[in-house]
Amino acid sequence: MHPAFSVIFLTTLIGIGQGLFLALFTGQVYSLANLIPVQESLGFYALGSLLSLLFLALGLISSVFHLGRPERAWRAVAMWRTSWLSREVIVLPLFMLLVFIYGVAHYFGWTQPLFMVADTLPVDLTLIVGVLASVTAFALFICTAMIYASLKFLKEWHTALTVSNYTLLGLASGFMSAAAFSAYVNNDLVFLFGIWAVIFTLAGAVSRGASLIRNRALRDKYGLPTAIGVRHPNMKQLSQGFMGGAFNTREFFHGRTPEAVRLIRWFFLLTVFPIPVVLMAVAYSLESTSLPIAAFGLQYLGLIAERWYFFAEAKHPQNIYYQSMA
Amino acid sequence: MTQLALVIDLNVCVGCHACVTSCKEWNSSGWAGPMPDENPYGADPSGVFFNRVQTYEVGCYPDTETVHFPKSCLHCEDPPCVPVCPTGASYKREDNGIVLVDYDKCIGCKYCSWACPYGAREIDAQNKVMKKCTLCVDRVTDESLPESERKPACVLACPTSARIFGDIHDPQSEASVAIREQGGYQLQPEWGTQPANHYLPRRRSQMQIHKDELIRADNPLRKEEVEMPIEQGDTLDDVAW
Repeated sequence: MHPAFSVIFLTTLIGIGQGLFLALFTGQVYSLANLIPVQESLGFYALGSLLSLLFLALGLISSVFHLGRPERAWRAVAMWRTSWLSREVIVLPLFMLLVFIYGVAHYFGWTQPLFMVADTLPVDLTLIVGVLASVTAFALFICTAMIYASLKFLKEWHTALTVSNYTLLGLASGFMSAAAFSAYVNNDLVFLFGIWAVIFTLAGAVSRGASLIRNRALRDKYGLPTAIGVRHPNMKQLSQGFMGGAFNTREFFHGRTPEAVRLIRWFFLLTVFPIPVVLMAVAYSLESTSLPIAAFGLQYLGLIAERWYFFAEAKHPQNIYYQSMA
Repeated sequence: MTQLALVIDLNVCVGCHACVTSCKEWNSSGWAGPMPDENPYGADPSGVFFNRVQTYEVGCYPDTETVHFPKSCLHCEDPPCVPVCPTGASYKREDNGIVLVDYDKCIGCKYCSWACPYGAREIDAQNKVMKKCTLCVDRVTDESLPESERKPACVLACPTSARIFGDIHDPQSEASVAIREQGGYQLQPEWGTQPANHYLPRRRSQMQIHKDELIRADNPLRKEEVEMPIEQGDTLDDVAW
């Protein structure tokens, strides 16, 4: 497939937004359980929510560039019964709304307990909204990944690993951004988020590695014999029916050499997984506040390459009809 | 239920591209019309076609055969492009099974083209919406046309009658009979999309010549009955080189 930067930025940026929100809410739950000190509502949660919203909004803006007719984008909610794309279009703004409410509630300090559960757990507005937003965040991971995983003949994508990769890499980059954010505002949650970011990065490495190994073993079982319905071991295309380019030859080919693709794979394998983990470890030992930011920045660069590779790797069955120009 | 479709006979198609040009003419007319042509006479021409004829070589030289293979939307009975469309622009007609795009609803997200394993859809770069074969729905449903012309433009244009148009759910239709009796098959059946369009396979054919066929029955000048004097001398076969 031809990787489109609009979709690369959409999927990676909203992944950060979702992961960052989940990190903030994890912090709130930790402090409820008295595992960490209570954080300042305004400076930490409200500002963090704003940051999360910023990533989500950037992703949403980027997605518009993928559309031929963005002025009709509102129509895209119509087919939620069948289309994962439609479901994503509904869940993304819903998630943004919940993050917005969560941030506003923290900004105005609406954190007085509404009621107590079992006399130990004070439930306030932010907790309720936070739970709803967390569920929505995971629903959004599933919707985004299922857009690709549901296409059964794109075998590189048609696997549960696509969903786990989108989720784990979103969580990894989101928690990494939370660690970078904490380092920037200089509070003591850097290593709580950093440890989770490392855990999700390692889990993501396992999951992404598994999908790379799986996809390397994929073979087209059918090929030209079923594509044109002629059974013969020796067939080749002489002409694809036109001399110039066409949508079919542009949309489904990445147009890069195998060497370039291999280089991009090595780049993302290094910058998404080991380098940020090492940087976080060094940051931990040096108590550095700039290294977590560098770790997040590098991992995001790597994620752009990772998503590029995800698209480029998928071989669409229609390509079998476009093998010779003449 | 009706399911209109094309049945394309690969044994008859000679790869003349008449269906391609006829389709283009019928469905466009104008630079930014429904099937735009960008840079048609330039170095890098590109345009939208609903139908393309491809050519394949089968076998090893010198025992090869050339297969001309027209490819357009197959109007699947279970079209994968329809459920993925987020706006409902891509739909399958209830009354005759033709898969269409509502150009006024399409947002040009290209998702349907990803979902089609046949590459039957092409984005219109001028109007920014997805385009595909309509099976000339405007012709085939036009009651004002005589019955014989209520067929897609490609079918009417084909000089060798390699294309049959009809309702494949009606067992008596010409299309159904051809599929049944001549081994009609679907493309990439492994995906379970059940394409409505079928292809008829190439056939091994042998010519049977009977003696009486060697003499022209219609022979007004009686030329064949005239005994020609055989020249004495070397024939070409006798010449030693």
